[in-house]
Amino acid sequence: MELLIQAGIALAKILIVITVMLLTVSYLVYFERKISAWIQNRRGPNRVGWYGALQPFADVFKLLLKEDIVPSNANKFIHSLAPFITLFVSFATYAVIPFGPDIKLFGRTIQLALADVNIGVLYVLALTSLGVYGLTFAGWSSGSKYSLLGGIRSSAQMISYEVSMGFSIAGVILLSESLRPMAIVESQYGFMWNALIQPIGFITIVVSAFAETNRLPFDLPEAEPELVGGYHTEYSSMKFAGFFLAEYANMIIASAMIVTLYLGGWQFPYIDKFGLSMGLTAGIQVLSFLLKMALVLFFFIWVRWSIPRFRYDQLMNLGWKVMFPLSLLNLIWVAALIMIFNI
Amino acid sequence: MPEKKREKDLTIAEKLYIPEIVKGLGLTLKSMFRPKFTMEYPEVKFIPPASYRGRPVLVQEESGTERCVACGLCSRVCPSLAIEVQASETSLEKERYPVKFEINMLRCIFCGFCEEVCPEEAIVMSKDYELVFRDRSEAIYGKDKLMVPIRQVEDRIEFLRNFK
Repeated sequence: MELLIQAGIALAKILIVITVMLLTVSYLVYFERKISAWIQNRRGPNRVGWYGALQPFADVFKLLLKEDIVPSNANKFIHSLAPFITLFVSFATYAVIPFGPDIKLFGRTIQLALADVNIGVLYVLALTSLGVYGLTFAGWSSGSKYSLLGGIRSSAQMISYEVSMGFSIAGVILLSESLRPMAIVESQYGFMWNALIQPIGFITIVVSAFAETNRLPFDLPEAEPELVGGYHTEYSSMKFAGFFLAEYANMIIASAMIVTLYLGGWQFPYIDKFGLSMGLTAGIQVLSFLLKMALVLFFFIWVRWSIPRFRYDQLMNLGWKVMFPLSLLNLIWVAALIMIFNI
Repeated sequence: MPEKKREKDLTIAEKLYIPEIVKGLGLTLKSMFRPKFTMEYPEVKFIPPASYRGRPVLVQEESGTERCVACGLCSRVCPSLAIEVQASETSLEKERYPVKFEINMLRCIFCGFCEEVCPEEAIVMSKDYELVFRDRSEAIYGKDKLMVPIRQVEDRIEFLRNFK
């Protein structure tokens, strides 16, 4: 019986998270289009539903009805496998992100995270590196030079920026003394946000997150003027939609990771000092997590429509000669802080 | 044109990227709140100025007859051979009139040569830009569709008199 209830709670959490996730992904696409329109003094989609609110669904239906074309000299198996790898990786990562504190419901404690894994951060790092395979496979198996170049670029880029990302996460782990996302969030109580304690690390992780998610200014794998569509040139219909969804899901993961590691996760500064009831506190904390995520996502979109694309050599220079030393510097800074102030 | 800046000319703040990126972000944020220029077409329609070259039309006099004397200059000058005129005699003062005047709107390129060459100000470009047909035969506009009362094209005629 106990086991059944546990399983039921887990299932409910999974359902809620997946639904929220899918809805956010589709509305992220909508907001990307809206914000890009506003930045360019346009109105953006406003025909389907209230202010175009049903536009994401119209897009999905359009893609579903399209013909699924596989090039004749493609490796068919890997060609079909690649979008699934990308999608799987981006959705599986979300399992360890905590979105709220422990709450007490009907006499039992429920953790507001799908899985409170003690190596959560490592799990995220491992899975995001797996994501490279999706793009590289897609590029290689399409049998097209544009796709291949896009795939190679994406793997080079993601491997390069993984280094500085890893080191900027290491700074956080030094401070929190744990790889558990929950513990990392709890260590950022009040205004002890890592973004304020280690600003260099914050900058490096944000830049690496842009590179890892293949977003502008680092969207070289799909640089339209040179590579047509990059790794997804030869994809159509739902397989293309898979890549499209995965890109936005990756953005959500990246913003959730930035919020968890650097912006205090679900912490609302000194909320427990306000003397609010348990449920209200938890609600505000979950909301503050979502709000922080929304702000980071807005930043992602905002940057995309402001900054032009880097050249490939500039990207590699920035990755290895600037971001990597900066993230090491951040690590030393954090170590020095711990040595001097014993925090 | 300001002198192009080379990498060695950049100040330290510019080399750091970040202040410049913040400046750029500020600019885009500002333009997010600027008024939009979009006209939402089916609800709000663009009313072109008199210089606009829309669908060519035949000017219909107050009396109900067309001004055209079927000289055939327009059909002669038309670069895309869109106009076909067939003349006939009439008891009116102008002596000739077109029995058949057809413009193939699939061929028309809206160059305005016909109105430029017309000696009678009988064919002018209107402000009509909504041209829809379901098949090719529908796209051939006869006299019934081309005749437009003179009141509707007055400002175009005025424009032609000033600027032609």
